[in-house]
Amino acid sequence: MSDTVSIVIVSHSRDIARGTADMVRQMVGDEVKVAFCGGNADGGLGTDVPRILDAIGTVWSPKGVAVLVDLGGAETNSEMAVEMLPEERRGRVVVCNAPIVEGAVMAATEAAGGSPLDKVQAAAEELAAG
Amino acid sequence: MFLKPEVLKALITAAAAQVIASAPELTALDQAIGDGDHGANMKRGFEAILAKLDAIAAEAPGEAVKAMGKTLVMTVGGASGPLYGSLFMAMGEAMLRGKRLPEDLAEIFASGVEAVSARGRSRAGEKTMLDVLVPVLEILRAEAGRPDLAQRVRAVASAAAERTAPMLATKGRAAFLGARSIGHIDPGARSSSVLLHAICTSLEALP
Repeated sequence: MSDTVSIVIVSHSRDIARGTADMVRQMVGDEVKVAFCGGNADGGLGTDVPRILDAIGTVWSPKGVAVLVDLGGAETNSEMAVEMLPEERRGRVVVCNAPIVEGAVMAATEAAGGSPLDKVQAAAEELAAG
Repeated sequence: MFLKPEVLKALITAAAAQVIASAPELTALDQAIGDGDHGANMKRGFEAILAKLDAIAAEAPGEAVKAMGKTLVMTVGGASGPLYGSLFMAMGEAMLRGKRLPEDLAEIFASGVEAVSARGRSRAGEKTMLDVLVPVLEILRAEAGRPDLAQRVRAVASAAAERTAPMLATKGRAAFLGARSIGHIDPGARSSSVLLHAICTSLEALP
């Protein structure tokens, strides 16, 4: 299992994050580990660093983790979370500049084939470029 | 002698009390152009700092300021957690690299402001907290050592927060509102001004 890049989905809404993870599992299968998080500490909409760190830890893979985010704060918090990782993990987590649902599916599809982290990120980000 | 534990404790307590007291106002500002959680988020962060005040204040100044930043990152949430967290963490790191208070105040503050700018990929003029932090940095640089510096910083911070009202937001959630963001003070600019006010006021009250 741990020989593929893992996916973390970070949305302001836990429902969107969970739904996106469900779509990935249905379309790509279970060989890629997917974690999701969303919502703030008060149960409202939002993202926060501890939850993102937890999600990354849950699906940690030595091949790396690709993070897919929705709006600005999710990206800012995800980048902060990456910086707070232990140094040996920091370089193996990327925050993809891609639409959250499509990006997650594309990244997971690429990861399922055993691709390295940079190719997984590129697969997701092609969507933004195209 | 500038940042003895009891001084640091007094500064942090004053800053936290003021942010917590301003939560309703920050929330009201954020309801106008954001998602309405800035007051609650900042309150949660500064309550967390108060909860470990003794441990934080017992550290060397650089470590203490960095610990404040880390606490904010882990508790505030939203976009302001990483932004305020980066501000304090970078200032703390500057102090750990040997910058000292009060003589290097402007340089230390500059490290914090740069970190906010990098984290938010933003700069002054985009209706954010940087519209308060950057003018304050300019005053710190230009007027370092003046006896009325704290008073000047307060005046500059207040005026700078007010000046965000006519600005068009291009960063953060307010950017979605486009022209409708005009006419409202930016909540992050306001919370920066609140913090700076509290710190300056308690510095002025030092014996």
